[in-house]
Amino acid sequence: MSAPLLEFDAVTVQFGGLKAVSDLTLGIADRELVGLIGPNGAGKTTVFNLISGVYTPTAGSMRYQGKPLKASRPSKIAGFGIARTFQNIRLFKSLSVFDNVRCACNLHLRHGISHALVRGGAFWKEEGEIEREAMKLLDIFELGEKRDEPCGSLSYGDQRRLEIVRALATRPRLLLLDEPAAGMNPTEKANLMTLIRFVHDEFQLAILLVEHDMKVVMGICQRIVVLDYGQKIAEGTPTEVRANPKVIEAYLGKEVS
Amino acid sequence: MRRYPQIALVIGLVASAVVSFFSDAIDGYALNILILVGINIILAVSLNLVNGHTGQFSLGHAGFMAVGAYVSSSLSLFASEPILKLLGGSGPVANNVFFIFLLIAGGVAAAICGLLVGIPSLRLKGDYLAIVTLGFGEIIRVVFQNTESVGGARGLGGIPQFTTLFWTFAIAIVTIYVIGCMVNSTYGRGFLAVRDDELAAEAMGINTLRYKVVAFVLGAFFAGIAGGLYAHYIQFITPEGFNFLKSIDIVVMVILGGMGSTVGVTVAAIGLTYANELLRDAEQYRMIIFALLLIVLMILRPQGLIGDLKWLRKRKKKTA
Repeated sequence: MSAPLLEFDAVTVQFGGLKAVSDLTLGIADRELVGLIGPNGAGKTTVFNLISGVYTPTAGSMRYQGKPLKASRPSKIAGFGIARTFQNIRLFKSLSVFDNVRCACNLHLRHGISHALVRGGAFWKEEGEIEREAMKLLDIFELGEKRDEPCGSLSYGDQRRLEIVRALATRPRLLLLDEPAAGMNPTEKANLMTLIRFVHDEFQLAILLVEHDMKVVMGICQRIVVLDYGQKIAEGTPTEVRANPKVIEAYLGKEVS
Repeated sequence: MRRYPQIALVIGLVASAVVSFFSDAIDGYALNILILVGINIILAVSLNLVNGHTGQFSLGHAGFMAVGAYVSSSLSLFASEPILKLLGGSGPVANNVFFIFLLIAGGVAAAICGLLVGIPSLRLKGDYLAIVTLGFGEIIRVVFQNTESVGGARGLGGIPQFTTLFWTFAIAIVTIYVIGCMVNSTYGRGFLAVRDDELAAEAMGINTLRYKVVAFVLGAFFAGIAGGLYAHYIQFITPEGFNFLKSIDIVVMVILGGMGSTVGVTVAAIGLTYANELLRDAEQYRMIIFALLLIVLMILRPQGLIGDLKWLRKRKKKTA
């Protein structure tokens, strides 16, 4: 395996007396699909917020593509090629489906205000490129026909997909999915699994997936990391993790002997 | 279709030139209202960029207007001779060039104030930002009130009347063009993203602070220009003229027209300025009527008079 895309080296995050994440060492290789699971409050979302720059570690260090992952603002992290979706859908509600994706294209915009005002050839060329790119993504996810609809009018599953499209529009190398299956019915979950696998293959990126639904995680992840009380208690392939007594203990409690 | 905004800009500028060519034929009272309409359009459309598009509630627009008004009129009162000499003496052309310079100087001064206030305070959200900008507006007013060199509380008089119908409308059209074009681009969608969800915008690589500062500074710049136009039309400014109520007046225009709708805000600026004149006889009830109007509108049309035209058009297309 080549050098990992993202590395956590003994990372600790402390909120007052509470260690949300303690001494976590973790690696995600390029183009790997990793699941992050654990009971409620295990620190999964904290890990996400660490990567996306919302929190900074109290101790330890993070490296991305071999370089320290440090940024003044979360928007810089997105510029490094790390995109995310949210546990509770956070689309830009007043904007249309197309404009939601267009916002995410901002990151790679070569021209700024001056070109928007002059509206010369370069401006229209770039707007055209962005439109083509956004429409290509929307079409792949079967949202192309709904481009002008306000995103709030989409169904729940479509909104989830639109969030993934929006994240992909930032052209990420690492995609963080925060509980994408939350609130979905079994059919939608099955579709989601196909979709994640497809995104992983098609866009050639690494995915870190936080999910409660074991079926989804076990079904698609190449490797699973289990957190409990901020600590990594197990790591391995789905079969290994499923058989790990520590994991069973964390989820179901100890057997009475 | 693509070039549409530029064509509209040119047509608008030509139209205002033609109208102002015949401005002698316009009755003085009507001319007065027209110029106030133009100034209010500039103020409302520029505040709409901050409050409507970017979703940052600012209550300090009159403060930026005051900075523009005072800076430009101080320059025209105390520094006109050396500057006009540079332009080759007083004459119709030199006077207009001088005036544009004054307006831009006022706008830049207001923009600098916007930058100084914006960078620290735009980290605040909602009510807190409203309080800070309100405080800024009041500080500006008190500073001018206590600066004797610009007349203090008595105000500053004898400002030359440079403002014409043409300049007012040309600048109003340019304001609409600049803000309309900026928002209607991929870059400009970032403002709306910041309004809708800051956390998500940040995660999509949009530097929310920078967008907010750009909106704030640009809004302040146009407010400063409006202040300069106002000062060089009324020819007499007092700190009291730029008090909190003036800011509220502009906010009302933005809310009535519909937050984030340039067309709606322009219509509201025209309507409210005109209503203000109609209600001259009922002066003491004016604020009550405005308040009632606002309450009724918020109940019946919370998205503003015009709201977002785009959805309207789409729906019509579908039903047709």
